[in-house]
Amino acid sequence: MPYLGGEETVRELRRALSNPNVQSDPLRYRNTILKVIRTMSQGVDVSGLFSEMVKACATVDVVQKKLVYVFLCSYATLNPELSLLVINTLRKDCQDPNPMVRSLALRNMTNLRLPSLVEYVEQPLTAGLRDRAACVRRVAVLGWAKLHNLHPSSEIDAAVVNELYSLLRDPDPVVMVNCLRALEEILKEEGGIAINKPITHHLLNRLKECDIWGQSEVLRVLQRYRPQSEDELFDILSLLDSFLVSPHPPVMAATLSLFLSISSNLPVISLAALERVSGPLLAACGSGSREMRFAAVCHIQLLLRSVPGLLGPHYKRFFCGYAEPAYIKERKMQVLVELVNDENVAMILDELKGYCTDVNTDTAQAAISAIGRIGRSYSDRCLQILTGLLGLKQDHITSAVVQTMRDLVWVCPQCSDTVCLALDGCEETLQDIQGRQALLWLLGVYGERISTAPYTLEVLIDRVRSEASLGIKMELLTATMRLFLCRPAETQDMLGRLLHYCIEEETDMCVRDQALLYYRLLHCGIEKTREVLQGRRSDPSLGVLIGRPAKPVSQWARCFNTLEPLSQGAVEAESDSRGSPEHVTYNSKPNADLSDTLSCKLPFEGKRSRINLSACPLPEVDVGGKATKALFGYSILLN
Amino acid sequence: MISQVFILSSKGDHLIYKDFRGGAGNDIVSIFYEKVTALTGDQPPVVMNHKDIYFVHIRQGGLYWVATTTAGSSPFTITEFLNRLAALVKDYCGSLSEKSVQMNFALIYELLDEIVDYGYIQTTSSDVLKNFIQTEAVTSRPFSLFDLSNVGLFGAETQQSKVAPSSAATRPIQSSREQGGKSEIFVDVIERMTVVIGSNGLLMKADVEGEIRVKCYMPSCSEMRIGLNEEFSIGKSQLRGYGAAVRVDECSFHQAVRLDEFDSHRILRLCPSQGEQTVMQYQLSDDLPSALPFRLFPTIERDNGGSAAINVCATIPVPKGSVSLSQELSSPDQSAELKPQSRAVVWKIARFAGGTQLSALFKLEVPSLSSASMLEVGPVGLSFELPKITATGLQIRFLRLSPIQPGPSQRWVRYVTHSDSYTIRI
Repeated sequence: MPYLGGEETVRELRRALSNPNVQSDPLRYRNTILKVIRTMSQGVDVSGLFSEMVKACATVDVVQKKLVYVFLCSYATLNPELSLLVINTLRKDCQDPNPMVRSLALRNMTNLRLPSLVEYVEQPLTAGLRDRAACVRRVAVLGWAKLHNLHPSSEIDAAVVNELYSLLRDPDPVVMVNCLRALEEILKEEGGIAINKPITHHLLNRLKECDIWGQSEVLRVLQRYRPQSEDELFDILSLLDSFLVSPHPPVMAATLSLFLSISSNLPVISLAALERVSGPLLAACGSGSREMRFAAVCHIQLLLRSVPGLLGPHYKRFFCGYAEPAYIKERKMQVLVELVNDENVAMILDELKGYCTDVNTDTAQAAISAIGRIGRSYSDRCLQILTGLLGLKQDHITSAVVQTMRDLVWVCPQCSDTVCLALDGCEETLQDIQGRQALLWLLGVYGERISTAPYTLEVLIDRVRSEASLGIKMELLTATMRLFLCRPAETQDMLGRLLHYCIEEETDMCVRDQALLYYRLLHCGIEKTREVLQGRRSDPSLGVLIGRPAKPVSQWARCFNTLEPLSQGAVEAESDSRGSPEHVTYNSKPNADLSDTLSCKLPFEGKRSRINLSACPLPEVDVGGKATKALFGYSILLN
Repeated sequence: MISQVFILSSKGDHLIYKDFRGGAGNDIVSIFYEKVTALTGDQPPVVMNHKDIYFVHIRQGGLYWVATTTAGSSPFTITEFLNRLAALVKDYCGSLSEKSVQMNFALIYELLDEIVDYGYIQTTSSDVLKNFIQTEAVTSRPFSLFDLSNVGLFGAETQQSKVAPSSAATRPIQSSREQGGKSEIFVDVIERMTVVIGSNGLLMKADVEGEIRVKCYMPSCSEMRIGLNEEFSIGKSQLRGYGAAVRVDECSFHQAVRLDEFDSHRILRLCPSQGEQTVMQYQLSDDLPSALPFRLFPTIERDNGGSAAINVCATIPVPKGSVSLSQELSSPDQSAELKPQSRAVVWKIARFAGGTQLSALFKLEVPSLSSASMLEVGPVGLSFELPKITATGLQIRFLRLSPIQPGPSQRWVRYVTHSDSYTIRI
């Protein structure tokens, strides 16, 4: 946040810094420097004070030194010449008897990030590698990585690389881990540090000495190792077993990653590891930090892909707390859907029912669609809940319920009777576009069984002039056409009005072309129309779903313990649970003939982006040249 | 690997910014803030990305703690690191707030410098860090007459001095060095309850997650022995004797804890480092040894006049001592004392004596009431804090320091049970 008086502040600070009275009083001097750093972290550009700060660097006060270094490291790249002045002070500090001062100087020397200073830095860094104090060696080792990244192209001295390799045997575990990190960066082009058998065994034996950060780093690097024999593999696995159930999530996750990568061709081992890790992962789901909970729940979703029944007995751990944020609730509901079985279905549905009336509309809608997913296996119970929710007459709930019902009847056609009964009266509550589209689709497909269908459509047709949404108009056209096929007497008149309006008055080309298509289709005779519009219902082979098939671990092992499972919308499970199966059928047959595409695609016109040109065989329709053009126009829209 | 770390206030002010790897644009902080504020819903997701920079953030003390990293980093490591950083800042500054971070920014820069080098986490152990940290913490605690109330006439010890004020543990760990001050040790047994009670009054789910936290202000640390209940048992099969066992399902310990005497005498031995650490974590699902702290008898009636009445009573069978409870009732529409945006009636009780029953009657005016609107009432969520009580019955028998400290040292033990999510269906 830049303050208005930025320049004024800088001028004032400069005056104070160069005031001899201030300089002679250590406390005032330090406070002035504090002010500079505070201004800096507020986002004001104080680089103009560089030369004054360089002077302040020569002091015995360690706190002041540290403060000045914070400043210098931020602005050194802007003032390479003046930074040369600092290097002398820093080099002198590298000789200081106090190891803390030595490490401080060395660290900041390498943090200046100035290529021109490299020649001055190399000598103290080499000395630093052999320093008595571990804290200096830690800094020196990483210093070489920093130096290398300043000149990524230059060859690094082989002697240094050798020295770093030998420092893997340093008594201090942090030095060892830093050596790993530095070598990984320096040897990046050769594929990182060479992980051979002696190094691996050395690292594994010292794993217990490291803290959790070191452990996770070592475990990550070891993922590249391939054991030479099966015996060796099992030795490693049994050595790591205690880390697999570590109470620290970073270590646990890194160990599991390592397990999955070194036993990638032994699926039994991987599955056993997944089972073993479920305890600590569940514990992380109950962690006090909500961010940690979120990470754990997201990774549990990965595990469930391969072992669907893994956490079945622990389903209660995924009940949402009422104060939890919506994003955790949503993931937990996705997990609950996966865990449903005959014993717990009643409890889970009862719990989900409670979320449907949540204040947060996203949570409520996610809960409703979760119930719909469960409905694919337990349709009666779920439909009962969904029908009950319609009674609330709240627009966001009704909309979600109607969409869920649409998706459900596609998969379970046997539910359609209940759905048809429930739809009565919904149109008054529905406000949003997706909900109304879903209702229109249902009215079109099941029109013969919903007695009020023509009247509902008629109201909408009368209001079509004021309708703003493109998707609704297209959906309305299709629904009316479909209804006409099964109830011609009641619908003929309104269909005529609708087609007339859409062809003569509508300004949007998509709607107009679709209306033209239907108009011409009707000219081809009722049989042809029926074939096009009712050609395809849901796939009869889609029976009641009984759990998802387990997928191999290798499919997701790569992204375990990375940020990928946490990112928005990156989860496959999400699209599986939210999308309707019609997409799947549609996508798998991109070149299906038009009649196929038409009937399965039309209900979702509004959902997908419309235009994606591809050649598409047209039905043989006997029309004039103008009409063919229109048909082509439509085929473009369709795909 | 961490490229940058920054701390933002909830309004987006830059409090701390540290670039470890270099090469990031200056606008990275504003990009993050724009992304966070642009998200819909009250709680933004933890991970966001801008091109190939990934932001991982946590929220603590009303602040955003953000680390930028690459896609391949471990979310567990980064989240744990940020949590640990926040805990360290809390240890060193005394408390966690925008103000304390602002006042102690020099200290925090110093901490960050020692914790992370070139994006790699070096150490977060406060034992190691205390040798490097030179800056002193600045605390702001306004002078209060209440502080004097602990001092009796002519400086004599009063009865009250047997109880430490709740703020006693919120001071920076390093100040003890200079003030020559009290060497104190605080042990907290904290339990969080997650409970769901069905509409028929049956318990559907009860989880307790507990931890023993030690906050140590001893400059030189000696070995500490914590004795737990002798009948403490882990797992389902291990029942000890016939007494009412204190049982937990799973239990894990801090890596510094030595468990030689745990199996025989239930004694934890450790050398606490300065600052706060979680010594033991445990969890218990489903069968609680004690009765539930709260019962709620809700009744809902529908008036002829078209308004609903929700009659809420709460009884507490077990606890002694003070309790605070807040209650929300989801209800369909607006009335004077309800919060329309969260669609809830909030009932707050500052102090709730054990063994008593409180009742309240809420009348709501609902313009368009249908029988289905009744579905929207409930479930009721309770949040509370129960001091001096643990739901599992875990107790600390003794707390001994050996060798005996030279100066006067004080040991405080505190028990508290929080509600994580306490839900009663109506």
